[in-house]
Amino acid sequence: MIERRRGLTVFSHAVLWCGLAVVVLPVYLAFVASTHPLDAVLTAPIPVLPGDMFWENYTAVLTGDVANFGSAPVVLMLANSLVMALGIAVGKIAISVISAYAIVYFKFPLRTLFFWLIFVTLMLPVEVRIIPTFEVAANLALLNTYQGLILPLIASATATFLFRQFFLTIPDQMLEAARIDGAGPIRFFIDIVLPLSRTNIAALFVILFIYGWNQYLWPLLVTTDQDMGTIVVGISNLIQVAEAEPRWPYVMATTILALIPPVVVIVLMQRQFVRGLVEQEK
Amino acid sequence: MLKRVHFKHPVLPYLLVAPQLAVTLIFFIWPAAQALWQSMLVQDAFGLGTQFVWFQNYLELWGDPQYLNSIKVTAIFTISVTALGIGSGLFLATMADRVIRFASGYRTLLITPYAVAPAVAGVLWLFLFNPTVGILAYLMQGMGIAWNPLVNGEDAMIMVIIAAAWKQVSYNFVFFLAGLQSIPRSLIEAAAIDGAGPFRRFWTVIFPLLSPTTFFLMVVNLVYAFFETFATIHATTSGGPSNATNIMVYKVYKDGFVGLDLGSSAAQSVVLMFIVIALTVVQFRYVERRVEYGT
Repeated sequence: MIERRRGLTVFSHAVLWCGLAVVVLPVYLAFVASTHPLDAVLTAPIPVLPGDMFWENYTAVLTGDVANFGSAPVVLMLANSLVMALGIAVGKIAISVISAYAIVYFKFPLRTLFFWLIFVTLMLPVEVRIIPTFEVAANLALLNTYQGLILPLIASATATFLFRQFFLTIPDQMLEAARIDGAGPIRFFIDIVLPLSRTNIAALFVILFIYGWNQYLWPLLVTTDQDMGTIVVGISNLIQVAEAEPRWPYVMATTILALIPPVVVIVLMQRQFVRGLVEQEK
Repeated sequence: MLKRVHFKHPVLPYLLVAPQLAVTLIFFIWPAAQALWQSMLVQDAFGLGTQFVWFQNYLELWGDPQYLNSIKVTAIFTISVTALGIGSGLFLATMADRVIRFASGYRTLLITPYAVAPAVAGVLWLFLFNPTVGILAYLMQGMGIAWNPLVNGEDAMIMVIIAAAWKQVSYNFVFFLAGLQSIPRSLIEAAAIDGAGPFRRFWTVIFPLLSPTTFFLMVVNLVYAFFETFATIHATTSGGPSNATNIMVYKVYKDGFVGLDLGSSAAQSVVLMFIVIALTVVQFRYVERRVEYGT
């Protein structure tokens, strides 16, 4: 603090409270709507305090016990999302950490070419190759499978860079010492490099879990079977129900359930998250 | 790039890069090459045969008012999302950097929207802006503003911009806050001693020092607004009403997956590919160089 300015401090707090309101209100109102019966939501003015339908609405969507709702039980979709998010996070970290290790610690022909091939994936998000990627997945019989949801998304240039960057900071003496003690490349990787990378892995895990959970376009393409659908995609199906007014309490209960897991992860692992995010800039 | 002390092994390094490389080749490079190839083909009406037509699909895009509209919509959308997201992120970060009380509480809450999926963010705002049930629509109607994003294109655009930027503010906030905290206190103190007030210090000292962060965030936000907002659009407006929010990424999906016009969709994909490549090159060439206080 450079100088005391009461006015400015009050102003800062006011701005931050406005920011918080904008952040919290949409989620709060969604929660409120999810605890009321449909007719209460449909009559103006809209309720601003939670109602008493919490258990009814949430158990109804979780078990899929809603007539003509056009969706699989939310429990099933949550499980699919969880498998996908974990699969993507773990898969990306695993294949990136080993390829970064190869690129930093080995001298072999084509090393630079491989590095550039991995780099190129940064420039080819799913959105720019929608149909051919779908065709590849279809030809490999990956539609409506967990492998299909996960595999095409686990290449990661950013994660590879992050590990590469980190490995370059590990002092050479480590390897020299390990060698003198008779450690080979695999031993060195498991006993030295992986334990040193723990914090990086944790940081990356938070970001990638959220990334995986929030995937939209790819699950939309590869899952046609409702039982394989993910929760984030499932919500949009609920809204587009045959021109009728969506059943908002159920839609909002599903929405709340969809945003809880990543929000919990980010709140609990805030420090790792911020670290992982800011590291990417480097 | 390579460690001075390193290993040599005839097969191990290949095994280590193999999984990453396999995924890259099968799911990234091969489909991208396919998109390039398909963009030069035209299918006949019955889908029985294809014909190689060079750049005809691209030329047709240039004459297609729908496509030109989509470019315009994308430009308005991406610029607004980027400006709104960066502006609010910077403003909030500057304020959060000043306060001492509740500092960590503010931070935690302001970061959370990052965890909300773009599609979910879209649905939250769709609910608030919905003309029959939305509280914001209700308030606006009370103030005599005609508001209906389901039929009015401009309203729909405003809604998706807010939904898309809302989520991205957290990301910008994290980076600006980290940037602000890395500015040496002594610089700001020196400016204060020279008699510069908080406002002046911000524009002449702090903001220029943040320029690398701002530039980095501009590129990242543009990429976000171009591509990841597909989900926001798909879950809320589906490109409507009457194509008012039909951004380029959404059009690729709609023309190819729903309309089954593969050639045209592939050509649009390739155009987008060039946009990402350009943005990535800009990011790596200029961001690395750290645009700092250019006088």
